[in-house]
Amino acid sequence: MPTIYIDDQPYEVPEGDNVLQACLSAGLDLPYFCWHPAMGSVGACRQCALVQFRDEQDTQGRIVMGCMTPVAEGARFSMQGPDASEFRSKIIQSLMLNHPHDCPVCAEGGECHLQDMTVMVGHRKRSYRGRKNTHRNQYLGPLVHHEMNRCIACYRCTRYYNDYAGGTDLAAQGAHDHVYFGRQQDGVLESEFAGNLVEVCPTGVFTDKPLVNDYTRKWDLQSAPSVCVGCALGCNTSVGERYGKLKRIHNRYNTEVNNYFLCDRGRYGGNFVNDESRPLFAGLRNQQQRYDAIEQQQALDTLAEWCGTGRRVAAIGSPRASLESNYLLRRLVGVENFNSGMADHEAALLSQVHGLLASNGVVTPSLQQVEHADAVFILGEDVTNTAPRLALALRQSVRSKAFELAAELKIPVWQDEAVRVLAQQQRSPLHIVAMSDTRLDDVAASTAAHSPDDIARLGYAVAAALDNSLPAIEDLASDLQSRAQQIADDLRSASRPLVISGTASQSAAVIDAAAAIARALSQTDKMLSFCLPEANSLGVAMLADAQQPSFSELTRRSNNGEIDTLLVLENDLYRRAPQSSVEALLKNAGKVVVLDCVDTATMSCSALALPTASFAEAEGTLVSSEARAQRYYPAFLPAEQRQPAWQWLKQMGQQLQPARFDPLPHFDDITAACAADCPALSRIAEAGPNAGFRIRGLKVPRQPHRYSGRTAMLSNHNVHEPKQPVDEDTPLAFTMEGASGARPGALLPFVWAPGWNSNQSVHKFQSRVGGPVSGGTAGVRLIEPQQEVSHSVLPPQPVFTASDAVLWLLPLHRIFGSDELSARAPAVAELVSQPFIQLNTTSAHRLNLNEGDYAILSWADTRCEVQVQINDAIPDGCAGYGMDLPGAAWLPPDTHASITAADGGSDV
Amino acid sequence: MSADSTSTYLSAAECTEIDHEISHAPTPAAVAIDALKIVQAHRGWVSDDSLTALAEYLGMSAAELDGIATFYSLIYRKPVGEQVISLCDSVTCWIKGYDRLQAHISGRLGVGLGETTADNKYTFLPAPCLGACDRAPVMMLGDDLHQDLDEKKLDQILQSGSFNKGGEV
Repeated sequence: MPTIYIDDQPYEVPEGDNVLQACLSAGLDLPYFCWHPAMGSVGACRQCALVQFRDEQDTQGRIVMGCMTPVAEGARFSMQGPDASEFRSKIIQSLMLNHPHDCPVCAEGGECHLQDMTVMVGHRKRSYRGRKNTHRNQYLGPLVHHEMNRCIACYRCTRYYNDYAGGTDLAAQGAHDHVYFGRQQDGVLESEFAGNLVEVCPTGVFTDKPLVNDYTRKWDLQSAPSVCVGCALGCNTSVGERYGKLKRIHNRYNTEVNNYFLCDRGRYGGNFVNDESRPLFAGLRNQQQRYDAIEQQQALDTLAEWCGTGRRVAAIGSPRASLESNYLLRRLVGVENFNSGMADHEAALLSQVHGLLASNGVVTPSLQQVEHADAVFILGEDVTNTAPRLALALRQSVRSKAFELAAELKIPVWQDEAVRVLAQQQRSPLHIVAMSDTRLDDVAASTAAHSPDDIARLGYAVAAALDNSLPAIEDLASDLQSRAQQIADDLRSASRPLVISGTASQSAAVIDAAAAIARALSQTDKMLSFCLPEANSLGVAMLADAQQPSFSELTRRSNNGEIDTLLVLENDLYRRAPQSSVEALLKNAGKVVVLDCVDTATMSCSALALPTASFAEAEGTLVSSEARAQRYYPAFLPAEQRQPAWQWLKQMGQQLQPARFDPLPHFDDITAACAADCPALSRIAEAGPNAGFRIRGLKVPRQPHRYSGRTAMLSNHNVHEPKQPVDEDTPLAFTMEGASGARPGALLPFVWAPGWNSNQSVHKFQSRVGGPVSGGTAGVRLIEPQQEVSHSVLPPQPVFTASDAVLWLLPLHRIFGSDELSARAPAVAELVSQPFIQLNTTSAHRLNLNEGDYAILSWADTRCEVQVQINDAIPDGCAGYGMDLPGAAWLPPDTHASITAADGGSDV
Repeated sequence: MSADSTSTYLSAAECTEIDHEISHAPTPAAVAIDALKIVQAHRGWVSDDSLTALAEYLGMSAAELDGIATFYSLIYRKPVGEQVISLCDSVTCWIKGYDRLQAHISGRLGVGLGETTADNKYTFLPAPCLGACDRAPVMMLGDDLHQDLDEKKLDQILQSGSFNKGGEV
């Protein structure tokens, strides 16, 4: 590590860093704007200026930009000297010329990097008396609010949106003192990662629109570290609350998972928590088929009666509920009466994935490792829509080529513009074989769309091209054979090849083929990643026990009258199986009890409905698709009778089986019992600090020290200040007082440091700028690659032949809409498309259907009407079906449907 | 990436000229500036519709192309009069009397910066730099550069009414 001198003090700094990074890592407050740890340096804003001296004798020196100057042994700088300080102060002064004095009405106020930097340089008096430039703001959709007058033209937004996230519809317009950052015309920002502009913009140009519309300052938010429940990736979030409402979700830094960025489903989808249709009270269905609100004790007594001795009780868990809730439900009814809450096909896929992760001998990469992959092959997934944040990581992975080229020329990786100009269009190979076009096609070396059968065949062909001992795939078209060879060659010549597949194609063969390719590779750093459907899909798969009844077995028992009481945990069964089969299951099951945080079709069928707390109001452990167990903590207490599902189940257990449930008074006891009972989950207690964790004897406060109005918040009800709730289950406190400074990454409710009110203060919690949180990275990986167990591949798939009578409905997921909970958030709901079918021109022509027409799809006993979209990427003989969209019929795996025009079109 | 070889909006003549530029460029997007000048030469200015059609033709986003179009003061994103006066307002011209000249032109034509005369003869625009600081203050009228300007010289230029029509590429 070289030593540099700043104001004559020696600092050991990391080799290869720039001076700005080095200063910040050393704890020095050097102001900056355009530099971003994930996006590198361009030297645009001139804010991080220092004076560099030739040697000890040089007293004059010259101004350099910290972010553009590499550290070098013995290099000497002045940061506090008058020249450097005055330069930086004048820069701020010029940046502020056109900046309005609107902090009091700006949503950024109180967490504004521009405010922080202005105070830091001491520019306290505004001397400019001229007219300020003003701009017209644009409508950018329901997620991001635009206020251009506040812009200081640092270019971070376009560098993030275009260069980092691959967006094309935001650009800098104009020149010199009238630069404008916006779209060509008003309209919804197209990128699925647009919400990060809110955190990337150092001032209030781009702000969180739902927050702006129901505003609370950062210092008035009560926050908790949380984990996104929008998909299986487990991005770390910070949930902010005020007045019992979730106000906003911010990124929580985790260097191995989401780093600095979230997807828009994750950032905005959590607002379903505020949905007024969420149940507040336990409801008992009466004779008129309506629900009477009942007291909690009455609900527990009813449960005791329905689940007591002699009653045959079964239970269905959920891949969107925590491990603790699932575990307690299983403990309550016994493993032989518990199902994980996935229909047979999905459960089989998850079990297959779990088996492969555990025994394939290949690393399941973190998102950070994904970013460094230098050749990627995706089978069957439109990653942007099934595991969105992964797509953003893959966009960085294709830059591995650029970094290789830069390394040859000794250009530091942080020299962003130089590295990009050097590489131009040269990228590391990304090959995609999916069921239609995907949102990563623009950076892919090759793309193709096939039916799942053909994706699997192509996958096996790639595996065979890598490993001669594997059977060759017969009857593969010559173009597919050469494509397979190309993909195999690219993977073979990479250092860190990555194979990605998942459950979206609903095909065991596709998953098996991906695993076969990964096994066939010989590199030590090879990686295999699976996209999974829900926040805890892998967790419940790991919790699953061989004695567990399958979903169809439970359905059979119910239909035979063998279930007196059925408990359903946070699961809408209508999203799991055909409507008729779920109806029969619920109708024949005697008493149905549904615990859920949202009102679902399944809850409407219950005899007793119990309101549970959402992720924002409860603690729990989830296992991400990386097999990382992570803890989320409640940001606020649930209203009325809502409580965490595990709390309801614990109370039931205490009433029914005191001997087995009394030893589990607290959340940590449940986690420990789950870990003890399930070897695969033995380390889950390490997912986050337990309730006894203290820093210098103190709990971690959920409220910033400037939290205001606590005594006044409820004064319209009562002038006496209520006692703050005591939190016995977590190391967090509902208060402003407590530990500050360094702490584990799992316990970062919000980031703040003296002088750093904005989210840029996160570097004060990092071991070095852009490095891991100094108190430890959040979460624990439960599966590390073991010695490879010998595997045999599945028998080869038959060649898929297109039929004229029916089309194979391929499930197409959507970032906005396919996820049950986030689609209920009002801002996300605006972006949800209605149920659709995608046809290629040939099929559409044959069916006499045009874009925008309505078509009737029929399979089994289902008939549904959906809107037609024309997409020539859809393979012949197939149609794309909008999966799990609100209002869409549930699509069974491997569905072949006949399609007719809704009014007057011809039959297939 | 290859250019979309047909466009329902751009004329055959425009497409031919743009294709010629593309033929010796590494990517279609690389000729964005020339293509904007071609469209402007044919139509006098670049409308939103022209911009959208051209962006599609070059395989780039409208936002990106508009970023280029609005960066250059000689690409007109609004209709302009028969001739455009581009008066340099950069530092040298400013020191050498830009303010005076601007007031003089505005007074004579009855229009401010960014405006077009009622008879549609002149549009008066500021220009960031015309690359002739040694002969400041300067302006362009159509394609002609006028140097060492003062009020008297301005009157002569505007009175003569002679100019080379802008738009040659």
